[in-house]
Amino acid sequence: MRFRAKIVDLACLNHFSRVVNTIAKLAKACTLRLTAGKLYFILSDKVANGGVGMWCELCQGNFFDEFQMEGVAPEHNEIYLEVVPENLSRALKTAQSAKAVKIKLTNKHCPCLRVAVELPSLSSSSRIVTHDIPVGVIPRRLWNDFREPNVPDFDVSIYLPVLKTMKTVVERMKNLSNSVVIEANLSGEMNLKIETDLVSVTTHFKDLGNPPWASVDECQDSAQDRDLESMAEARIDIRKLQQLLAGQQVNPTKALCNIVSKRIVHFILLHEDVSLQYFIPALA
Amino acid sequence: MPFSAQPPASGEPYVLTASLDNARHLSSLLRAVHFRDHATCFATANGLRVTVEDAKCIQANAFIQAEIFQEFAVQEEAVTFRINLSVLLDCLTIFGTSSLPGTSTALRMCYRGYGSPLMLFLEEGGVVTVCKINTEEPAELLDFDFCSTNVVNKIILQSEGLREAFSELDMTSEVLQITTSPDKPYFRLSTFGNAGSAHLDYPRDSDLMEAFHCSQTQTNRYKISLLKPSTKALALSCKVSIRTDAQGFLSLQYMIRNEDGQICFVEYYCCPDEDITEAKLHRRDS
Repeated sequence: MRFRAKIVDLACLNHFSRVVNTIAKLAKACTLRLTAGKLYFILSDKVANGGVGMWCELCQGNFFDEFQMEGVAPEHNEIYLEVVPENLSRALKTAQSAKAVKIKLTNKHCPCLRVAVELPSLSSSSRIVTHDIPVGVIPRRLWNDFREPNVPDFDVSIYLPVLKTMKTVVERMKNLSNSVVIEANLSGEMNLKIETDLVSVTTHFKDLGNPPWASVDECQDSAQDRDLESMAEARIDIRKLQQLLAGQQVNPTKALCNIVSKRIVHFILLHEDVSLQYFIPALA
Repeated sequence: MPFSAQPPASGEPYVLTASLDNARHLSSLLRAVHFRDHATCFATANGLRVTVEDAKCIQANAFIQAEIFQEFAVQEEAVTFRINLSVLLDCLTIFGTSSLPGTSTALRMCYRGYGSPLMLFLEEGGVVTVCKINTEEPAELLDFDFCSTNVVNKIILQSEGLREAFSELDMTSEVLQITTSPDKPYFRLSTFGNAGSAHLDYPRDSDLMEAFHCSQTQTNRYKISLLKPSTKALALSCKVSIRTDAQGFLSLQYMIRNEDGQICFVEYYCCPDEDITEAKLHRRDS
């Protein structure tokens, strides 16, 4: 099992840092899955922890100048690591102006991700800051726990409004209520609603558009012959939604959500070379 | 349980309707009196007054004249209700508090009368938010009976002159002592904290002093914890009028200019600290 990678380009490095920061905001601990072509940050929370799920996928070729990976076995050429993304994020903080960053899987006393940051220097000798981040190697028999979640059989799929606006609205609502009802229809309308003893607030977004899911896709079933006006809704923990909106730094080119009535809300944030999926289960 | 839980009969006319192009004109003034959760709103044809009180010793009033609103209609002589101010502020700033050029939140506010919720309709960039805030039985307000004929001393200062002083008040001092006098020291702020006493004097001919009308020497003490919330209003204001009446009641009147150049007022009334008798005062000072 071997892994080493190197980033030289500053733009790539900053982009990678932003992705890691986003993950750090969303998950205390998560699984880092490495394959020959991609990196994945995976969170599959148990129901006891609120049951939030996350699936973030990056093409290594768009970030790394060197990327060597040897999995546990030739026929299972992958590595699964348990990491605390906050540690990775902190290590990359020193790398804002770095000339190069090397990431390597080591096993001195315990398995570690070694992040070596080469900083610019005026003299000929270079300055290198090294962070050893302890990781857990996840044995192969547990890999099945971390399979890509299916796009749920949603009732409504809709593009999200400008995330900044949505974030402000959700932040205010969070002061007033613990849960929020998110509802949308196939006419491009989405509402955020809270209701308490003191106050009820509804924010109406319109003209958002509904993403065209290919008709071959079976997951469209329940959305297909749906009344365009009728709302699909789910009540979710408002802090989870706020965390996603406040934590995301990927500046997605496309952001959408899929609502399965009273079951789950599935958020997808897409950037050229990053995709982030986030699942928030509905409250009873 | 808020008594407005029963829905009003539909079709009932509104007793209060108001609309405002920029909801921030309202929210920034309300924030200047937001030191308790609850406020009493009082609307007449002249405009809206929002009152917040604490400890039966301090009262803050924000006045928003009818002219500030694009539309302001009151169907009764006076409309009064009590409301959770924290909730109202969160609703008014649902689209954020920062001012990006070219964006402002438009507001329409309606109230059907006793027992009904206050309705807010906010719009920014095509996004609409509807809020329904339950109202409560208006509580009886303190009457400070502070009328201009009883005013003994009055000073008008440019706010910047007071801002620094207030932001650096020695909070280990329980009281702020205000001395106003026709002779030296004219206008003095004193604190008595753990690290000693501090006195801040404003000369009468200071550039910051816009008006100075003192007929007799007055020294009064006010609880710092009660005055501290008024710094929110001070921060927004351009001028402040400091008045005391014969019994030592203090009125701080803040003149606040909004982004459109319109003038509004926030007024704080505060009781003098009665625990300290004159005798004690002299002993401590000597």
